[in-house]
Amino acid sequence: MTDAKSNDTDKWDINITSGSGYLDFHFDELWHYRDLLIMFVKKDIITVYKQTILGPIWFVVQPLLTSIMFFVIFSRVAHISTGAVPAVLFYLIGTTLWGYFSDTMNVTSKTFTDNATVFGKVYFPRIILPLSKVVSGLVKFLIQFSLFAAVWLYYVFVSKQVTPNWYVLLAPVWLCFVVLLSFGFGIIITSLTTKYRDLIFLVGFGVQLAMYVTPVIIPLSEIQGKKKLLFLLNPLTSLFEAFKYGFFGQGVFDIKWLTYSVVFTLVTITLGFIIFNKVEKRFIDTV
Amino acid sequence: MSKVVIRAEHVSKQYRLGQVGTGTLSHDLKRWWALVRGKEDPYLKVGSENDRTQVAKSDYAWALRDINFEINQGDTLGIIGKNGAGKSTLLKLLSRVTSPTTGQIKVRGRIASLLEVGTGFHPELTGRENIFLNGAILGMTRKEILRKFDEIVDFAGVQMYIDTPVKRYSSGMYVRLAFGVAAHLEPEILIVDEVLAVGDAEFQKKCLGKMSDVASHGRTIIFVSHNMQAVQSLCKTAIYLKAGQITDIGPTDKVINNYLSREVTNRISIEWENEATAPGNEYIRMVSARIDPKLLKDMDVMSVATEIDVVFEFYLHKACNLNISFFLSTPGGLIIFNVATPSVALEAGMHRSKLTIPARLLNDDIYTIRLYFVKDMGAVIFDIEDILTFEVVDEARTGSWFGKWPGAVRPALPFTLT
Repeated sequence: MTDAKSNDTDKWDINITSGSGYLDFHFDELWHYRDLLIMFVKKDIITVYKQTILGPIWFVVQPLLTSIMFFVIFSRVAHISTGAVPAVLFYLIGTTLWGYFSDTMNVTSKTFTDNATVFGKVYFPRIILPLSKVVSGLVKFLIQFSLFAAVWLYYVFVSKQVTPNWYVLLAPVWLCFVVLLSFGFGIIITSLTTKYRDLIFLVGFGVQLAMYVTPVIIPLSEIQGKKKLLFLLNPLTSLFEAFKYGFFGQGVFDIKWLTYSVVFTLVTITLGFIIFNKVEKRFIDTV
Repeated sequence: MSKVVIRAEHVSKQYRLGQVGTGTLSHDLKRWWALVRGKEDPYLKVGSENDRTQVAKSDYAWALRDINFEINQGDTLGIIGKNGAGKSTLLKLLSRVTSPTTGQIKVRGRIASLLEVGTGFHPELTGRENIFLNGAILGMTRKEILRKFDEIVDFAGVQMYIDTPVKRYSSGMYVRLAFGVAAHLEPEILIVDEVLAVGDAEFQKKCLGKMSDVASHGRTIIFVSHNMQAVQSLCKTAIYLKAGQITDIGPTDKVINNYLSREVTNRISIEWENEATAPGNEYIRMVSARIDPKLLKDMDVMSVATEIDVVFEFYLHKACNLNISFFLSTPGGLIIFNVATPSVALEAGMHRSKLTIPARLLNDDIYTIRLYFVKDMGAVIFDIEDILTFEVVDEARTGSWFGKWPGAVRPALPFTLT
């Protein structure tokens, strides 16, 4: 028994209890599982184009077709202006960015429900899974972005319709916030829907609607009056505009609203981590 | 003295019965309101004991209640108990799939759990890719997997198919590959559920061998199985769970005996006190039936070396010429033997019948009894199935072979060698 007592003073590696503190994160554990993150990302990428001939090229087909569709409907039929930016270029970056946001949010918001069988059998830090979706989404984004980049270079150097400015260097920063925002929303939604699934129905519909208050089809500069406030309240708007501002030299770059977006994102992601951390311990009983 | 690697302190786990729906929300709100006021969760006080056969008295059930134990480094611990006794819940808590409602479990070292083989296998990925993916899910780093890769492929015997998607694998290959990854984990603590139930006999042997290998390297194993033979040969200590509570903990032999004597011999005696509900018809009414083993000591269990009496009583409504036909069969339906009494002219009233099964006739197995009551050596007037069920266990063996003794019976026949 003396031995058992002396053991108590030693450090225990894991303590499995009923609850956890609100800020009880184990980042060291995440580091140990980094290889798992890489494997999940690989799996996501590889399985998409297994048994296809064109392989990763399929990634660019989606934004390309959407852009062409938008071009025909909104630009040619509805005559909605995209400002001074060539319509195709505008739609291409819009759909690529929006595609990343909505895809990542959709897939991360189903983390618990979609992976319940794996989560029910083995432990690993649950956050690895949505994190891997964020990263594999980024890989897909980069492939799609290179399509945009090619078209963009054409407009800059060949037809000279677009003049970029130095703010283009800040683009990765804005992208980073879009990533965090989709991740934050995703893990909040998945945490809230383990027990009550009602929210799922709202989310699917909400994301569809949200596209129309994000400058994907219409640039912010073309919007007037009360509708403009609605756009600006959407944290994505300023981020999208700032992203495009660097590439096109056109758009709204408003520090005040950018700050709003950044703060909104940071609050969302922090909240997301807290709720996710709380829910992951026992969701398997209710999912 | 070795150090404690796992300590469970007052661990309980409550589950909600029924479906999650609108009713759950009001409970959640009450719980939340109690939390806000700093009070105890009102639903922790309620909850039925985990007995599936009873109608629940409350919406909550305790899958585990106040579990306490310690495991030392290098121990091999077996967890036994009937289905629904809380074994899987305990494993889930230990492997951190879910967390306890109250209490805590402290762990020292890395835990890997095998509640299932091939968790996270993706059918589209090749064998090679799945080894890396599954290994990573089980907590191995890429380096560790690389080091073990050839061994895993060897163990599974799938060299030829290693770059083929696993969806084209036969189910045997799939399981072997999955177990291969799991068997090459090197955690300090390994938790194994009944994954050994899959695969052929040869493969099971290989797995058991691999596990005792692991145990002999000073690592700790927690093993849940219905295969008493495997638990006995692999585990030094055992925990016997019943209705979510620890009934017995200690040396494996003692715990297994306790378990068998309480659980598996599930209906060795039955009495029908209520005449209205007793099985029977216009000729016969059953009164009682029981197995009466001639045990040498109190703590003994019915083994292949035990002589067994089967005694039953019945009420005959009308006098007739009666004989009884007795069938002993396995739950699988294989009839081991059929014996009959001579035909006797019986008066109306209570009668008693006894059959003695000698020691060293039956093999270790579960048996059920069926009776035919036959009138005038020709007409079956009453037929009762599964009237009793009992298990005959293996006796303690000497030597190194612990496999299942083959054969429907295991008679002691004169067999000499000179």
